Formats: sequence, C-alpha cells, structure tokens
Amino acid sequence: MAGVRILVGTRKGAFIITSDGTRRDWKVDGPHFGGWEIMHLKGSPVDPERIYASQWTDWHGQVVQRSDDGGKSWEAVGNNFAYVGNPGTHQWYDGTPHPWDFKRVWHFEPSPDDVDTVFAGVEDAALFRSRDGGASWTELPALRTNSRGNDWMPGAGGMCLHTILINPANPRRMYVAISAAGAFRTDDGGETWHVATRGLSSNFLPEPEADIGHCVHCLAMHPTRPDTVFMQKHWDVMRTDSAGEMWNEVSGNLPSDFGFPIAVHAHEPETVYVVPILSDSEHYPPDGKLRVYRSRTGGNEWEALTKGLPQSDCYVNILRDAMSVDSLDSCGIYFGTTGGQVYASVDSGDSWQAIAEHLPAVLSVEAQTIP
Amino acid sequence: MTKVRVALPVHLRTLARVDGDVEVPVGGDPTVDELLDALESAYPTLAGTIREHGSGKRRAYMRFFACGRDLSQLDQSTQLPEEVVSGAETFYVIGAIAGG
Repeated sequence: MAGVRILVGTRKGAFIITSDGTRRDWKVDGPHFGGWEIMHLKGSPVDPERIYASQWTDWHGQVVQRSDDGGKSWEAVGNNFAYVGNPGTHQWYDGTPHPWDFKRVWHFEPSPDDVDTVFAGVEDAALFRSRDGGASWTELPALRTNSRGNDWMPGAGGMCLHTILINPANPRRMYVAISAAGAFRTDDGGETWHVATRGLSSNFLPEPEADIGHCVHCLAMHPTRPDTVFMQKHWDVMRTDSAGEMWNEVSGNLPSDFGFPIAVHAHEPETVYVVPILSDSEHYPPDGKLRVYRSRTGGNEWEALTKGLPQSDCYVNILRDAMSVDSLDSCGIYFGTTGGQVYASVDSGDSWQAIAEHLPAVLSVEAQTIP
Repeated sequence: MTKVRVALPVHLRTLARVDGDVEVPVGGDPTVDELLDALESAYPTLAGTIREHGSGKRRAYMRFFACGRDLSQLDQSTQLPEEVVSGAETFYVIGAIAGG
C-alpha cells in the first residue's frame, strides 16, 4: 500500500512523520541532527529514498546531509557554496551597499529527471546546482548578473532565495523567488534569467510597481499547468497565467492577504491554499483563529477551513516552506507552525488533525508520496 | 610527526562521528591553520564548520583555547604552544556562548 512521509525541518532538528496510505495513524521519528536548525528537507521525485537536508547553525555554518534510504541514515556531503567571481554588493536594510556573503541554504529542489541533480536556493540570494548528489555545488550566476542583483535587498528573514519551481515536462523552465527582490524565470536551465514581476505592486517601495524589490514569500505551481503560478507576496495573493509575464491579484475575500506559504491541490489545478496572517508586523492569524483558506476557483473566492484547527487564542505563524501536499487519490495537505504543531488534512482541507505537537518551531514541511 | 589532542564542541563531535577528544597527526612546528588543515583532512565533514570555506577565517562564533589562554584572536599562522604540540595540553575548539 502506498504511504506518506512528511519531512519536517525545525529550529532544533528534523523529524520524519510517516503513515500508510490510510493516513489514520502517524509515527514521529526524530529528532535527526538534534540541536541544529534544519531549514529544509526534500526528496527526489526520481527516487523518493534520496532526501537532501539543509542543516545549519550560526556557530558551524552550513552542512548538507543526504540520505539514500528514506531518512534512516545520513551522510554529510558538500557544503562549499562559492559565488562565481566577485559578487560585489547588494543593498542593506538601510539602502547602503553590503557585501554579498553566503550564510545558509533555504531550499533544496531535486531535479525531476536526474536523481543526482539538485538545486539549492541560498542566502545571500543565489541559485546553486549539484550534479553529483550534493558532493559539489556550482552557482548559476546569471540570476544575479541578469537581474540586477546589486539592487536586491534582504527581507526580515535575510536575503534568501527560498522558492524553486521546475516544470517537470521541461526542466529547463524554472521559476525562483527571492525576498526582497522578486520572482525570476529561466527558459534555458539557468543560463539566462529575466525578471517576472510585472503586475506586482508593493506600497513599501518608492516606486510600488518597480520591477525589483518585491518581497515574494512563496510560489506554487501545478505540474500540469506550468504557465500558471500562484504567489503569496508580502501582501497580496497573485496569479499569472503567462509564465510570469503578467500577474493579477486574486486576494478576493481573504480576511488578510498577508501570509507566507501557498500550495496547489495535487489533482485540481485551480484549487489553492493559503494561511492568512494578520499583518507584516503581527505574524499570527487574525482573531487568534488558525484558518486555512481554500479557493476552488483559482483565487478571488476563498472559504475558511477550520474543522480540527484551533479557533481561539492561537498566535502561531506558518512559515513560507511549511505547507505541502501529497498526491494520493484524496489529496493530503500538511502544514507546520512556529508553535511546533504539524497538521494534516486527508480530505483536501475539509478537516484537520494534529499529527505532531510540541515540536520545535517548524521551518519547513514537505510531503512525499511513497509508492 | 606528532599527535595533537583536540577537543571539539558536541555538535562537531556528532558530525565527525567521534565520542570524545580526537588526536590529529601534525608535523614540525605546526601553526593553528596547519592543525586545522590536519583536522579537516582527518575528518572531512568538519570542513567549513570551524573556518569559513574560501577565506579560511575562523567562523565568528568559534573560539580557540589552549594552556589556559584564549588563542582566538591570534593570527592563524601563529605556531601552536609547545605544550599542545608535545601532547601535554589539549587544543580546545569551543562555540561562543550565544543563542537559545
């Protein structure tokens, strides 16, 4: 019987939560790498037993871990992320130039067609690729040089490349998102890039519709609709149907259009999920009620999903990489909170249950469907 | 060739898969950098976790101590104290007190 493996990165280690295809009973395994921040874990679409984990602390910097047995054992692989050439400076919070400096890996995106190829989105923002299972890493520098990297500035969490979407039918088409720079697209596997922010408006910018400087929090795409991408921006939920050539706002009736993660249903390309957060200065749900909002119309019309979620006195946050879907027949949705809960819905969001509680603050959640 | 005893912080012991102090073979009159080169050669997973890749500089939250002295601010090309080279004293790699 098929099963589900939920890869959870937290402030103090990694946890792997598993169930069989019924998704009734869950087993929590961990912590792996106890005491380290695990920014993200993700499995290969080619071989789900191959998992990459980003392990990090201020003391010891970046470590990359790789598992070839579904997370039972791990091997530290390459952790040398060297920018190509002299990357110069980007803007600091106060607008002054600041030297580019590698800090950590925010996101791994394994290739859809090669088990040993994996992309890493890093802080300070850049895209790296490994073709040897993580042993060595090479920057794709055109992202910085084609897209005015020296005008980028950090968001509150740092200047991070946090989202990488790859079109599975044409892996040379990729989107990435950077806080606070914007969204970018390549059609040639990362050799050249262009800014994909037309239609975005951010009131904190001197020019709200400038091409660079938008604080994009997360992107999501259904694999069968690679020209349609959904975006949770700092404020505003957006969509494009032209591969990022133009974005339109689809926030509609959301109680707040500020938030971090966004996800698309595994089988319904127009069904989208967000978790509204009160504001950019109050990172918790409106009214103390943890509500996932679902749109079955590709945005604009949203319904609150509350069954099984706390509806009073809840002041957790859900970070940008902490929501994911499985691909079983009845789509499962999973998200983790800064309060250490991991919630699961096995009915497309109609109802929820906590499958882990009291974990360290959750940084990332990735669902794997195991054949 | 002599062996220098190095004490690592707990997270690096875990990463290197060792239980306690490690003994690192070094030759001649080794410097701090030469000791760390030898340490990383013996335990490759430690590369980048004590010194930065590229620049080779001590990471900001790492400290070095030996013979009751703080060696953190010394140039890393400084020779190790004789007592460390002779094996009488341990070279301590310690994480700065920070965080939560």
